[in-house]
Amino acid sequence: MNLIAKPSKDNIKTYVPIGLSLVSLSFLDVFVNAFFNLNFTGFLPSQLSYFLPLIIGLIGFYLIRIEFSGVRSLDILNKNINSNNFNALLTLFTIFIIIKSIPPMLDWFILEANFAGNSKDDCTGDGACWVFIKVWFNRFMYGLYPDAEQWRINTAFLILFAVVGVSFFVTEKLKKYFILFLVFVFPFLGIKLISGGSFGLEYVESAAWGGLSLTFIISAFAILFCFPIGVILALGRRSSLPAIKYISIGFIELWRGVPLITVLFMSAVMFPMFLPDGTFIDKLIRVLIAITLFEAAYMAEVVRGGLQALPKGQYEAAKSLGMGYWRMNALIILPQALKLVIPGIANTLLALVKDTPLIFVVGLMELAGMIGLAKTNPKWLGMAMEGYVFAGLVFWVICYAMSRYSQNLEKKLSTER
Amino acid sequence: MSKIIELKNVNKWFDKFQVLKDIDLEVAPQEKIVICGPSGSGKSTLIRCINRLEEHQEGNIIVDGTELAENTKNIEKIRAEVGMVFQQFNLFPHLSILDNCSLAPIWVKKLPKKQAEEIAMNNLKRVQIDDQALKFPGQLSGGQQQRAAIARALCMEPKIMLFDEPTSALDPEMIKEVLDVMVDLAKGGMTMIVVTHEMGFAKEVADYMIFMDEGKIVERAKTKEFFENPKSDRTKLFLSQIL
Repeated sequence: MNLIAKPSKDNIKTYVPIGLSLVSLSFLDVFVNAFFNLNFTGFLPSQLSYFLPLIIGLIGFYLIRIEFSGVRSLDILNKNINSNNFNALLTLFTIFIIIKSIPPMLDWFILEANFAGNSKDDCTGDGACWVFIKVWFNRFMYGLYPDAEQWRINTAFLILFAVVGVSFFVTEKLKKYFILFLVFVFPFLGIKLISGGSFGLEYVESAAWGGLSLTFIISAFAILFCFPIGVILALGRRSSLPAIKYISIGFIELWRGVPLITVLFMSAVMFPMFLPDGTFIDKLIRVLIAITLFEAAYMAEVVRGGLQALPKGQYEAAKSLGMGYWRMNALIILPQALKLVIPGIANTLLALVKDTPLIFVVGLMELAGMIGLAKTNPKWLGMAMEGYVFAGLVFWVICYAMSRYSQNLEKKLSTER
Repeated sequence: MSKIIELKNVNKWFDKFQVLKDIDLEVAPQEKIVICGPSGSGKSTLIRCINRLEEHQEGNIIVDGTELAENTKNIEKIRAEVGMVFQQFNLFPHLSILDNCSLAPIWVKKLPKKQAEEIAMNNLKRVQIDDQALKFPGQLSGGQQQRAAIARALCMEPKIMLFDEPTSALDPEMIKEVLDVMVDLAKGGMTMIVVTHEMGFAKEVADYMIFMDEGKIVERAKTKEFFENPKSDRTKLFLSQIL
């Protein structure tokens, strides 16, 4: 004997309204509990009261689980989040956790947080102390770069963004010159502007650079140089000339086998010992070279993956038209191989950006490094959470933008329409 | 009559396996030669040696007066003069059909872009796919792709065309459109070496037939004689199976 008929198309008119009300009731209970700290079911034993929303929700979901109901939205709902009891339970659990976690997050980030003031004592609430970020914002952006000279960093980045922005709106022919300028002229112009020492600009040593601007400088240079070096290494590893092949393999395996932190340390501390007396290479440049070569080894393997994915016929077709090695690679092989590995390239470059904080081991402070410095300031102890949440947010925005760009590029270059 | 291709005593091994055994072959300008034989007989390897997509280890290959050897410059020069059409088309998927055709003339022959595209359009017209010029290879049917590949080779204005089983990867109804283009090309006086199993095509255009088996040229004869009166038993057996 069945007390309750199985949910089906016959009883859809009664089961669906009842089921939906039960599910809504369970959400409402959790919502009220989370946001207003009220407990409707407080009169029940505490365990039962705790699990009641789950039980009610589960019954509700059972009642609306009607196969081929004929109602499109109900079918989609059942298929995706309510295909069986276990999935219904997972759905409820996930939604409850999200509802439960919103109020405390809201409190910490905004409602209980402090925005006004200029010292730690102004932070009286239980939430985040954003005053810390506000007071130190300048340092987080520019490091120890002198305030009076910061317009130089701003100008350099303004030129960069302006040129990149304008290049989206010019013709293909002009675009070529924009790209040439960005790759071959701007990096050195920008560095000269920031470091100074000529044209009447005061010299600012690289030890004073820091903050987010240093993150950008290091990332941009490393990306700019590691890419071509990686491509050359990838081609080298597949070369038929043994000398080139084994040098490439050796280089790649050496750099891939060593942790970046070790490489950075050696570049800053050990490398100068091998230089002849009197030669001096700026610490920042040494670190840049180290990061570039390190990431180039990874880039080489990513690119090699693309090269290997191309059918042999592409090489043969290019050769049969009389193309030599370099023309074949530049016109036929690399355009296809690089397009194939855009996700891998984006991966490597994202990792590169997120690896930049490691330069703290040699005493250079980019964004995360400056935050590390600020949180140990005696006047601002206990601000680690605010600092690292801020750093995480900034890195996420940068990396997400890069990721979106790579996805766009993939779509734009696709010829399999 | 002077020869445009000469192979003397050519031997080739893949590791220990000998794929070509004492191949002697001469081709005069404007001659059309069809090579047939069972799979694995070395016919593809033979024509790939003529533009050095494969290296031979013994003997001499002389194409248009230039000996094929280690010298890279010579190899590139010969490849620019010898067009090749592959079984798998091997069009460049990242370029439009027009760019596929004009790329090598621009970068290898250093023609101005405008002139190269003019040549490309003429050749695409010749293989009747000029209306597809701006599409990408992935948007074309197999037959259209193979015709585009023929046009691409023709854009280098080659003296010799090599065809490596050009219709083997095509659906039956597309084979004819490709063969029509090849017949047209043959009538235009191109020197052609074709590896194919299309015996109807062979009867129509070939001056000579070559039958290969186990790396050797078993029989070389005028087309009519080859089909009506083959000499070796191996050829007879092969023809009885394929016709």
